[in-house]
Amino acid sequence: MTVAFDGVSVMLDRAEVLRDVSGRVERGEWLTVIGPNGAGKSTLLRALMRLVKATGSITLDGVETARMRARDLARRLALVPQTPAMPVTMTVSEYVLLGRTPHLGYLARDGDGDREAAAEALYRLDLESFARRRLGTLSGGEQQRAVLARALAHRAPVLLLDEPTASLDIGRSQEVLELVDELRREQGLTVVATMHELTLAGQYADRLLLLDRGRVVAHGEPRDVLTEELVAHHYGASVRIHEDRDGLVVVPARL
Amino acid sequence: MGEAAELSVAVPRTRAVPRPTRRRTWPWYLGGILFVAVAVVCGLLVGPADIGYSPLASELASHVPFLGVHSRLSDTDSAILWQIRAPRVVMGLLVGALLSIAGASYQGTFRNPLADPYLLGVAAGAGLGATIALVYGSGSAWGNDLLPVASFIGGAAAVALAYVVGRAAGGTARTAALVLAGVTVASFLTAIQTFVQQQHADTLQSVYSWILGRLDTAGWHDVLLLLPYAAISVFVLLLHRRVLDVLALGDDEAAALGVNVGRVRLLLVAAATLGTAAAVAVSGLIGFLGIIVPHFVRLVAGGSYRIVLPLSLLVGGGFLVFADIVARTVLSPAELPIGVVTAFFGAPFFAIVLRTSRGVTG
Repeated sequence: MTVAFDGVSVMLDRAEVLRDVSGRVERGEWLTVIGPNGAGKSTLLRALMRLVKATGSITLDGVETARMRARDLARRLALVPQTPAMPVTMTVSEYVLLGRTPHLGYLARDGDGDREAAAEALYRLDLESFARRRLGTLSGGEQQRAVLARALAHRAPVLLLDEPTASLDIGRSQEVLELVDELRREQGLTVVATMHELTLAGQYADRLLLLDRGRVVAHGEPRDVLTEELVAHHYGASVRIHEDRDGLVVVPARL
Repeated sequence: MGEAAELSVAVPRTRAVPRPTRRRTWPWYLGGILFVAVAVVCGLLVGPADIGYSPLASELASHVPFLGVHSRLSDTDSAILWQIRAPRVVMGLLVGALLSIAGASYQGTFRNPLADPYLLGVAAGAGLGATIALVYGSGSAWGNDLLPVASFIGGAAAVALAYVVGRAAGGTARTAALVLAGVTVASFLTAIQTFVQQQHADTLQSVYSWILGRLDTAGWHDVLLLLPYAAISVFVLLLHRRVLDVLALGDDEAAALGVNVGRVRLLLVAAATLGTAAAVAVSGLIGFLGIIVPHFVRLVAGGSYRIVLPLSLLVGGGFLVFADIVARTVLSPAELPIGVVTAFFGAPFFAIVLRTSRGVTG
């Protein structure tokens, strides 16, 4: 499914958080939005999900999201939020099953197919042994995997990931990103993510979109966006960027 | 735009995916039903007139067709059983169930563990209605009928007012604005109620006893009065138990899953308020039940509203019947206000449950 946004602007409390942001992600493509704190990365994802009021045009396969019913939109987009609410007394499997909500009638119960999807997602994230545990008893990383499992159980053609690896160690971060990449290659999943870890961002995304103070300042392949000059200018950071066989490596340099 | 094709996450498997199983919930329901059954039997047996197990059993069996059992109860005992105790037990079940399920629903709707059925001002509104009825209506011929009607209207109107104020302040999806509006409306109505009460000190005793709650009713009449509201409220709330789980994820995530949060919240508040206002109208203010019962259920049976709502219904009903037994026997023939009993026994009991299950509340 192709996600396109054109001239998107968002005002929050009279402050312009996004201004005239445009981009396009084809089916099976991975776009990662990067930028310093407060650049508007999460707001862009929220605008795509229609959680904030935005002007401009946002389309899925050419259809304006503003004209879709809430449930139709929810079936197409699965969101992994940056700071998800964790109902601590709910079990992991109950939580993951909630990812099926857009596919169920308003008052319907989940069926065998829904539980199958949830079990599949638990399996993919290696969470089967946690299925009956309460969310409150899980570590931060395990909770993050439960959130991802919920998004996978959703089985939407577009995955929106807001800082998906923020609370994961380096091994789990790789596992999760590899899993998403696998789904993207095998199933044509369209991925829009935000990330702070620039090396990982460059390794997994087809294209990067660099935001600063709500505007697009660079957009293109990782090698075009991850330059020492752009990072220094927009992040105020001193870095050295090397290229090795896995892509670009962004290393902080002492000032 | 047509149906979106579901993306499959199936891949060649290196190990077998376990068959998804539905969580076994029937033992919990069975336990809840047994608890209610024991409460009903105790409620029917205990009282100043000693009925006894086997006469009670014969009386109950005599109403089952084709058994051919004859009742061994005297006419007086039979009248005590069916005209005094049975309606009181049924009333206890209904009020306890309504307050507990309404409390659980409010906690889910507002994602606030401290929410109780009186959160948005039902108690203050009903209190004002009841006070006005007691002060200005007690002399009239229809004074007795006026009290439940006035407190029902007062309670429902208070919540409607809180909703309108909160919505204007923060939009339909903002829970904090709604709760603040509830506090504001409640304070305002309590001020009026206190003023009216101060001007008519002669009714102080009856207003006070109404506020503390009681199940001392006018028999089946009040039960029938309560029944339609109870049925609608419970039906709507139970239908929403999965939706309440989705709301537990927060407004944004619920919206991202396609739920119209503002509309669902309005519907849930309306249904819970209907039940609460009806319960308050016939039994006064019975505190603590709406908080303690749902939390007890969460601690023992898990936090999903699929089980919290139906189980709160059963446990709350049974608990109030037991509380009523205590209320009418401890100082017999005088009666303790039932609100005193629910808090006096409920609070220490809940404290014990809380201590033994650390780390799973929230």
